[in-house]
Amino acid sequence: MTPSTPTRAGVTEPDRRLPALGGFAPGALGIELRRVLRNRRTLAFTLIMPGVFFLIFGLPQGGQSLDNGRPVAAYVMISLAVYAAMVATTSVGGAVATERALGWSRQLRLTPLRPAAYVATKLITAMSLGLLAVVIEFLVGAVAGVRVPAYVWLLSGLAAWLGSLVFAAFGLFIGYLAPAENVMQIIGPVLAVLAMFGGLFVPVEVLPDVLQQVAKFTPVYGMGVLARAPLTGDGVSMAAVANLVVWALLFGVGAARLFRRDTARV
Amino acid sequence: MTSTHPAVELDGLTKSFGAVTAVDGLSLRVQPGEVVAFLGPNGAGKTTTIDMLLGLSRPDTGTVRVLGGTPDDAVARGRVAAVLQTGGLLKDLTVGETVRMTSHFYRHTRPAAEVLERAGITDIADRVVGRCSGGQQQRLRFALALLPDPDLMVLDEPTTGMDVEGRRDFWQALRRDARRGRTVIFATHYLDEADAYADRIVLVRQGRIVADGTTAEIKNLAAGRTVRATLPGADQAALAALPGVDAVEVRGDSVLVRTGDSDAVARHLLTRTAARDVEITSRNLEDAFLALTSAQTGA
Repeated sequence: MTPSTPTRAGVTEPDRRLPALGGFAPGALGIELRRVLRNRRTLAFTLIMPGVFFLIFGLPQGGQSLDNGRPVAAYVMISLAVYAAMVATTSVGGAVATERALGWSRQLRLTPLRPAAYVATKLITAMSLGLLAVVIEFLVGAVAGVRVPAYVWLLSGLAAWLGSLVFAAFGLFIGYLAPAENVMQIIGPVLAVLAMFGGLFVPVEVLPDVLQQVAKFTPVYGMGVLARAPLTGDGVSMAAVANLVVWALLFGVGAARLFRRDTARV
Repeated sequence: MTSTHPAVELDGLTKSFGAVTAVDGLSLRVQPGEVVAFLGPNGAGKTTTIDMLLGLSRPDTGTVRVLGGTPDDAVARGRVAAVLQTGGLLKDLTVGETVRMTSHFYRHTRPAAEVLERAGITDIADRVVGRCSGGQQQRLRFALALLPDPDLMVLDEPTTGMDVEGRRDFWQALRRDARRGRTVIFATHYLDEADAYADRIVLVRQGRIVADGTTAEIKNLAAGRTVRATLPGADQAALAALPGVDAVEVRGDSVLVRTGDSDAVARHLLTRTAARDVEITSRNLEDAFLALTSAQTGA
């Protein structure tokens, strides 16, 4: 038997410094993005379905106008953009549940990647997909003939996109709550109900009075109002802003707490 | 530079889960360059010990030093890498993407193509992980562990669930990589794996180390056979005097003889005594443990 030598003569000693930014790297982010864009289910629910919804429910409203003369089709388009963005960001955040169920997070603990860098990658991926979802919904609208001033495109688009950060946090919250491989199959219907209460499928005003009151406290309501405000010209109520801020805090703090519980050594 | 610290220093580790003590005062020192098998039956505390060694869990008491520092620091610097039973892979990435993604988490790694080659999975680099066999996925985990060119490689039952061919391919890949003083610690419950690859075997049982020695020393403990026969009133002294006999035990009407020469014992029993129902069994790992623990209490 050959005894092993205690030194590694002839081998260049590898670079043993810690990685910058806790292992956060654009290269890994790129692979993560490609991975998301390869997922047919994600693409169907975030990029294709909301566009089809617009063609079915938005286009027939073609000739009608809101009180301020802007097209109803734009109202539908912006609402569906909010919906597309929230489904997109939730699905990326919720993928954490799948990765925990598969044991990938445990595999990552054998690498220098810090948990915060992992979450940052997930958030950026979520917001990238959310942005893509908004842009595609707006493209479908524009091609189908929706015409509104440039500032409406910009401000409504920004509001729909940034508001979906709340749902990226929601996705992470769910992702760290329970490891499950098919978490989106459970959350998907929940998101649809929330979107209904948030006035994304029909205006909240057409709901029965009691439900209207309930709707104001559900998590989509605030971002729906904010995203449509540039179009409708309605002032943004404090209730809507408070709704958005409170839900952002709830999901954000909830996700952070579960995340910390998950990464604690036992 | 390679430090002069031991590769691993475990000192008085204990870890309990509820009422179950998984690791019970375990101390171990491994020098750089050693290839150590952590051998024991399921539930012996091997995985719990490895989790603590890698900083995945904290010991209730005791200390862990890896290459002179904390496990977390050794992991973050790529000085230790591991292939675990529980480490999952993303099914929707390809083998190559998994390696490239993981390489981004380090400051510096070996090239992806090189570790794929060394793990013997270059030909399936474009295959989606979900369509790889268990053995291929295990070699992918091995490729990931090779990325940082670690000073210490830890493998927890790396061939569990593989068929014979998969096990052979995996160990071939590992052996090809056995180079230039990398410290390797692997847990296994297969004696033949420990025998074929390790130069030191640490036997664990119920969270404690019951033997620690060279492969040859440990193998001797597991060698030999047990001859059992029904023989009322057996003459223990006569049996013990037979060549090669290590121990004679009488249980009621049965007699059990541990021996290196089972033929001689069987011949004696069948020709010189009234013994019947003679059975000869190879001593397995479990017997080796028993031999060990009884030797220790008798000493």
